[in-house]
Amino acid sequence: MSASLEKGINALKEQVDSSVASFFSSCVHCGMCADACLFYTETDDPERTPINKTEPLRRIWKSEYTLIGRIGKLFGLTKKVDDQLLTDWETLVYDSCTLCGRCSMVCPVGNDIAMMIRKTREGMAAAGHAPEGLIGATTRAVTIGSPMGVKLPALQAQIGHVEKDTGMKVPVDVEGAEYMLLLSSMEIMNFPEFIGAIAKIFDKAGVSWTISSEAFEATNSGIQIGVSDIAAELVQRVVDAAEKLKVKTVISPECGHAYFAIRWEGPNLIGKPFNFKVRHVLEVLDELRKDGRLKTTGMESQKLTYHDPCQIARRGGVIDEPRNLLNMISDNFVEMPDTGKMNWCCGAGGGVSSNERADEIRLKVFQRKKDQLDAIRPDAIVSACSNCRIHLEDGLEEYHMDIPLLSLTETLAEHLE
Amino acid sequence: MMTEIEFLSWVRGPGLQIATIIFVAGIVIRILEILLLGRKGNLAEAKGSEMSGGFRTILSRSVPTPSTFKRSTFTIVAGYIFHLGLFLVIFFYAPHILFFKDVIGLSWPSLPTPVIDATAVISIIALLAVIVHRFNNKVLRYLNNFEDMLVWFVTIAPLVTGYIAFHRIGMTGPTLLAIHILSVEILMVVFPFTKLMHAFTIFMSRWYNGAMSGYRGVES
Ligand code: SF4
Ligand code: SF4
Repeated sequence: MSASLEKGINALKEQVDSSVASFFSSCVHCGMCADACLFYTETDDPERTPINKTEPLRRIWKSEYTLIGRIGKLFGLTKKVDDQLLTDWETLVYDSCTLCGRCSMVCPVGNDIAMMIRKTREGMAAAGHAPEGLIGATTRAVTIGSPMGVKLPALQAQIGHVEKDTGMKVPVDVEGAEYMLLLSSMEIMNFPEFIGAIAKIFDKAGVSWTISSEAFEATNSGIQIGVSDIAAELVQRVVDAAEKLKVKTVISPECGHAYFAIRWEGPNLIGKPFNFKVRHVLEVLDELRKDGRLKTTGMESQKLTYHDPCQIARRGGVIDEPRNLLNMISDNFVEMPDTGKMNWCCGAGGGVSSNERADEIRLKVFQRKKDQLDAIRPDAIVSACSNCRIHLEDGLEEYHMDIPLLSLTETLAEHLE
Repeated sequence: MMTEIEFLSWVRGPGLQIATIIFVAGIVIRILEILLLGRKGNLAEAKGSEMSGGFRTILSRSVPTPSTFKRSTFTIVAGYIFHLGLFLVIFFYAPHILFFKDVIGLSWPSLPTPVIDATAVISIIALLAVIVHRFNNKVLRYLNNFEDMLVWFVTIAPLVTGYIAFHRIGMTGPTLLAIHILSVEILMVVFPFTKLMHAFTIFMSRWYNGAMSGYRGVES
């Protein structure tokens, strides 16, 4: 057995716990998870059935953690994990899954298949079977501090532009601020308006906040590729910065996986609870609304809909907040069919957008989003994840649909009283 | 060669004992095998409760959302029919209740025999439809393996043999009854080592799913 394969197998072994074992024991091969996954519904390729994507992990569970599998192993009957399997599964595990978790909401026996696929990635990555694009992004995240290679001077330059445009000060490294804002590279490079929007809203609401020059990147490529050590290191950077600046709350920006990574996986990755809170920016804004500190004026009359980013809504629990906020500024808000925790993924989360090999399929499965949009024909789509936003724009262009994309935070800022 | 009566008393005696031991021990082993693996505690600040989320999903996962129902209609309808049918036939047929009374000392009211008879027929039809669907549906054909076939066979067998025994089709009464009991014993022996275990582990899986979601403030 090659050294890397052995590493992969060991990594898979570490992933098996009582929940995984009970999930595999329960699967009845009913196929319903396929009907819940856009990578199956839009391609009709049965290999892309969610539970099938976990095959490497299933084999390890069966052969190592079940009596019957261990007996079978003695007689050479239990299926093995080998390099061929991992090679064959690479495109299923990385290119054909966004870890959106929709399958996990549908499986009748209750399997959290998305979590099992996330765990399968740990073994794939350890065995050297992760896609180039993600490896690159992860390496940049570790060495440069950002998966897109965005360095501090780039951020400073963008902050400079924002300050000039808005006439607001963007606080950097302010000790004792209440909130520390994280940003995704995508926001810094493509949507710096987000920073301006936050500056305006927080100024009006009298919120003390800051950005850390040492840990501003919110994206966690370690999670997407499935390397816990790296994921933990990236989380630790944020923790160190938050502790150094003594902030009470870290704000995760409009990015889905970043939120899941820091909010739900973060403390578990570094092995201790945070001594600050983590909130998604929409949660913070909704709090401000509740406290009467966020006041808006005017209503959008165009027909708006909201695309729930998977990791923020279904996997993250931020579902009502965006709707509360949207209702402040829209009297023509329409839900897509299948919304909130059952929304369909845009098709590019979970590292898919960093993986060029998956470009074709992510645009193909966008058909699902198109069908959802065609059902209500909105004038504009609001969302809260810059990765969703970029891919939605891509998809809309590909399918010749002319619907503008709006950031919820930015739209709110435009309506500030 | 065993006589008819010897065959019947074997399946009722030693046969049943062996099957019961394997069934019970197998289930206990399987459940321990899962639970003893344990699970790390969650260090992230909770947004909701694991407990209520877990128990909620144990119930709520029995009811698909309308859009899921539309996408997987056949699987859901056929699945419901044969599960419910099996439940009624196993636990509410008068002779079965007598058997349970013998073994565990408890008894409960039965359903009229014609109702059970019809339920058995409906369940058999549903299971036949399930297997046809398995071969016609792309995904199911792809997932299908030996275990799926075995489990289907040992599940439908007691229904069919029971139906035949009740209507005395073909052989004599004792032989038919013995074959029926034997088919149940085969089911019991296969049970702990196949996906039939979901009858027990479904509660754990749904609980874990609901608990993990509930912790994050999502009802799953
Ligand atoms: S997590 Fe989403 S993309 Fe991945 S298998 Fe499940 S439904 Fe498909
Ligand atoms: S929906 Fe659940 S039980 Fe059915 S095949 Fe998928 S994982 Fe297995």
